[in-house]
Amino acid sequence: MKKIESASGLDAYRDQCRAERDPDRPMVTVCTGTGCQAHGCDKVVELLRAELEKAGLGKKVEVKTTGCHGYCEKGPLAVIRPEGILYQRVKEKQVAEIVSQTIAKGEVLDKLLFFDSKTKQRIKLEADVPFYRLQERLVFGDNGYIDPTSIEDYLAIGGYQALQKVLATMSADQVLAEVKEAGLRGRGGGGFPTGRKWESAKKAVGAVKYVICNADEGDPGAYMDRSLLEGNPHAIVEGMMIGAFAIGGTAGYVYVRNEYPQAVRNLQCAIDRARALGLLGENILGSDFSFDIHISKGGGAFVCGESSALIASIEGEVGEPRAKHIHMAESGLWGKPTVLNNVETWANVPLIINRGAAWYKSIGTAGSAGTKIFSLVGKVKNTGLVEVPMGTSLRKIIFEIGGGIPKNRSFKAVQTGGPSGGCIPEAHLDMPVDFDELTKIGSMMGSGGMIVMDDQTCMVDVAKYFVGFLKEESCGKCTTCREGLQRMYEILEKITFGKGTLSDLELLEEMAPVIQQASMCGLGKTAPNPVLSTLRYFRDEYLAHINDKQCPAGVCKALTADVQA
Amino acid sequence: MIAVTINGKKSEVERGTTILKAAAALNIKIPTLCNHELLEPYGACRLCLVEIVEGDRSTVTTSCNYPITKPLVVETESKTAVKARRMVLEMLLARCNTSPELDRLAAKHGLSGSRFELRYDDCILCGLCERVCREVVGANAITFAQRGAERVVVPPFGGEAEQCIGCGACVYVCPTGAIQIQEDGDQKIIDRWSRVLELKYCKACGVEVAPAFQCDYFQKKADLPEDFFDLCRDCRVASR
Repeated sequence: MKKIESASGLDAYRDQCRAERDPDRPMVTVCTGTGCQAHGCDKVVELLRAELEKAGLGKKVEVKTTGCHGYCEKGPLAVIRPEGILYQRVKEKQVAEIVSQTIAKGEVLDKLLFFDSKTKQRIKLEADVPFYRLQERLVFGDNGYIDPTSIEDYLAIGGYQALQKVLATMSADQVLAEVKEAGLRGRGGGGFPTGRKWESAKKAVGAVKYVICNADEGDPGAYMDRSLLEGNPHAIVEGMMIGAFAIGGTAGYVYVRNEYPQAVRNLQCAIDRARALGLLGENILGSDFSFDIHISKGGGAFVCGESSALIASIEGEVGEPRAKHIHMAESGLWGKPTVLNNVETWANVPLIINRGAAWYKSIGTAGSAGTKIFSLVGKVKNTGLVEVPMGTSLRKIIFEIGGGIPKNRSFKAVQTGGPSGGCIPEAHLDMPVDFDELTKIGSMMGSGGMIVMDDQTCMVDVAKYFVGFLKEESCGKCTTCREGLQRMYEILEKITFGKGTLSDLELLEEMAPVIQQASMCGLGKTAPNPVLSTLRYFRDEYLAHINDKQCPAGVCKALTADVQA
Repeated sequence: MIAVTINGKKSEVERGTTILKAAAALNIKIPTLCNHELLEPYGACRLCLVEIVEGDRSTVTTSCNYPITKPLVVETESKTAVKARRMVLEMLLARCNTSPELDRLAAKHGLSGSRFELRYDDCILCGLCERVCREVVGANAITFAQRGAERVVVPPFGGEAEQCIGCGACVYVCPTGAIQIQEDGDQKIIDRWSRVLELKYCKACGVEVAPAFQCDYFQKKADLPEDFFDLCRDCRVASR
């Protein structure tokens, strides 16, 4: 591949990519995200190609393997284009029929269509399925159309146009102003205004500055970052380039979990392709902007998602947090000014540049602009990745998009924000979900995990589970996190064994604020949330365990009738 | 210079001075367990918590590693700071009840014991031993291993601390007395690091010089003559 050395050269190449990709050509896009792979999509793809070949359609109909489409519950997913017919839970033995009936004759196979249990009807088009129809997939939507290993696919849908715009028509100040004006806030958990972060790093003095992408997604049940990396890695590369341009960044790092092999592969492929085209490296598109991105693979510690621990890990030190009294915008990676943003945050940046801050701000709420991708898991019918404007109610996400609670059970709580988020009860389901509202009711946005729980869930057990996770993942450096979480866990365990006392509850409530105030990093500072929120909203369950020696949900084995008998 | 007010006392400090040092200069004592003047601040024990007051907002922070970069109002004995410190002590007391230093601090904070179940560990993971060995001695003989409640200070890979020179700095800085050094015949032993060192004696007068490994370490580090430690200090001076 020849390096492209000018903006007009990239335009020409993009036009060529578009010309080669007629949007009306027949095509089957198959989700090959990690979820669908577990459902056996690779075999489906192989058979599809073979059947098409057999039917003499091999040249006419393209089979495109894409990243995650989001509707993981129904995988393997195949979309017949250009019509946009969604076939779900496609089995190997059904592939021949898809080719002979739908692709060759245009006949729709009813049994593979989505069945809407509310209207009792089959739905033909992907866009009409409630799970998709009710979303606003600005960041995640392209996943369904592009082969993540093809930079040409990304270019054809307008990829790297934001970079071009920045290099050709904007100053670093203008880029910064646009991102600030857009009101973009960090999608990784903190919700800190991205523009302000960039501004501090831009102001910091130094010839060498870094931008980092935090892809150390570690919350149990959360996988939106993985799916973005797997399905649309160029969006993240482009976002990082724009960020680097704005702050004067000279190099970028993506810190990604080694447990995400496909994400690592696709991202590496994206970086290599971008480099080969001259989109990364020296004097990008003939400008005086030079920048490159390196991948740093994590070793599996949850705490390395914490910014200072992440930096220590990239530096080759033990992945433990450091005191953050000096901001990393001034002194971060190797002591240089550094901007660290999460995967989803970076993926939002090209959108803002392409479509403008005013458009971006029009989506979402006053304090939280744009959309957010949630990973909707647990006791919910439609498990998957859901992208909605900030401010969408929990009820809409769980009951309309998510389809509600399976097996006719009733809703009890939803845990947002990962293991250190809070459990939100039914009473708050109509609350608009954004950074500030979630904090107000004792939970947090976190990176967007959403675990739905039904009436068979014991909230004391839930609190014990999350504190147990966090105590295991605490680095153990500071007393309040190490000792505090261990002790919280012991007390919760005691309660689930029916040996708790009311003074245990008092002690939990006395410890929690100290762990929050006094711990060194975000892990400890947020770790008491699951305990505090369950004590706040489900205190009666704690009391049932303590006073009546009963577990109302029937989960705690020591308190279930047959054990006692 | 930057203006700081600690417990109502005003002073001016150089940019970057820690709250702990600024307080000490005002004769205000803040209790610490993991801090040492020779070592980089570490912020692990969380005992030196203080409250920074900004208008009607306040934050709790460790004072040992907080560099003063803007005018601050600090309270070291506020209700919130003391309450947090007491809880930290209560957690540490439950972990380790063999430390006179911890007992002294507990008594000072009006704590007679801990509500948590006792664990009978002798180490509070303050990291002074690991840091003094790395930062001051330069031997890097011990390290942290594991995480969370399993965290420990151990020789690399858990065996004998093969880089330990037997200087005893870790023994000296340990606030709980968890590390002991003994002599047994012609050996120096640090049980905690499974370290046994052969002693070297003066070729002239026979007095003990130091562990042979330590002599080699300093001889190489300071580029001394190979026979430098063959004599004890007195005999060396006399032979000049």
